[in-house]
Order: sequence, then structure tokens, then C-alpha cells
Amino acid sequence: MKLTRRNLLITSSAGMAALAMGSLPAFASLTDDEIAKITGGAELGEGAITLDAPEIAENGNTVPIGVSAPGAVSIVLFADGNPVPNVATFKFGPLSGSRTASTRIRLARTQNVIAIAEMEDGSFQKASANIKVTIGGCGG
Amino acid sequence: MASGVKPRVKVPKTASAGETIEIKTLISHTMESGQRKDSDGNVIPRSIINRFTAEFNGQNVIDVTLEPAISTNPYFQFEAIVPETGEFLFKWYDDDGSVYEETKAVTVS
Repeated sequence: MKLTRRNLLITSSAGMAALAMGSLPAFASLTDDEIAKITGGAELGEGAITLDAPEIAENGNTVPIGVSAPGAVSIVLFADGNPVPNVATFKFGPLSGSRTASTRIRLARTQNVIAIAEMEDGSFQKASANIKVTIGGCGG
Repeated sequence: MASGVKPRVKVPKTASAGETIEIKTLISHTMESGQRKDSDGNVIPRSIINRFTAEFNGQNVIDVTLEPAISTNPYFQFEAIVPETGEFLFKWYDDDGSVYEETKAVTVS
């Protein structure tokens, strides 16, 4: 193919489209992979875990997040739009009160925050929240 | 080590036996994520607190694994059961190997 301006535009735009389509599932699957690593592919229940998160976060550098799951052994937090999806893992000991924890996290852009709780009977619970971020928290 | 690391913990001084109390912890730390670049385009190396634990009289309350996505000055709020008079021990583990500790006594009346 002769390298004309028109040909260049066609090929490059096709490349861009493929890149854009490819990158979205890649992010989602990265988080899914991490979740599967914990659950071992087990079924995820819903309802026994609550995730407190703001609908809109003006500053992605400090987004308050609270999770609560009565009867949970551990809770893992993920942010599917961050460069690294893992956020934190809470393991509850024998003297833990209500299996509740709050912290502040960084979000690079508007995305879903997902909480996975492992219950005492070995089952898993999932909760997620979409958070709109005005200013991303990844710097640089 | 990140300079000026100062842990702060808020725990009630007294409680009744078996009561669930709320604990708030904060530690000043830059939590450099390893994603940022300086003005010359070089990546600033990661330097974060990677683990936080709280225990009461040797019994574990909470054990948190932190990733770079935790904000500057990591803050945690959680609940603990106080069965008897004793002491809370809080530990923060830095990437560089240092461990910051803080203790708080609780009297059961």
C-alpha cells in the first residue's frame, strides 16, 4: 500500500479503535483475575456486605470508603480503574467488633470500587459502588 | 525512612467488660505510590506503609494489608471488643523495614 495521507489516517484510526476496545476489557479482567485469585472462582453472593462510598469524589487523592460485613473473616477492596486494582485487605481477628472498617483511598479516575468479603462459612460476598472522580489521584 | 512519621490513635480510656469500642488511627506518611514522576520524568520510587496491625493483650483485632492506593496519611477506623483491662498495641510496617508502634491502655470498670 502506498503511504498516502488518506491511507495513514485509515490505518491509524483502525489501530486506535482496536486499542481502545482492547484496553477496556483488559482493565476489567485484571480486577476479575485478582478476585478469582481470592475466591478460587466460587460463586459471589450479595447482600451481607455493605460498601459506604460517596457518589462523587471531588478529589481522587482521598476518597472515604467504609465496608461492613457481619460474620466476615476478611474483606478485600479493589478499584478497577487504578493502575494496580488492589487497594487493601482487612483481616479480622478474634477481638474485632462488628467487622467494620473505614479508610481513605486513592482513585485515578471515575470507576467501580469492589469489596469482596470472605465469610466464616467459606462463602464470598460482593458489593460494588461506582464513584465519579473529578480530579484523579495518581499525580504525574 | 519517610521523615516525621507520627502515629496518632484515639481509643476511649475506659470501657465496660465485653464492650465494643471504636478506634481511630492515623499516621503521617507520604505513601509514595511509585506511579508519580518528578519534574525530570523519573519515577519516584514506591515508599508506603504496607501493613497495619492492632492487637489487645496479644490477641489480634485487625490486620490490614495496604497497597499504594491508600491515601497519604493512612487513616483507619474499626471496632474492637474489650474483654478485660489491658493495652492496645498498634503497629505500622514501612516498606523500608521500620516499624512504628503506639500503645493505648484501656481500663475496664
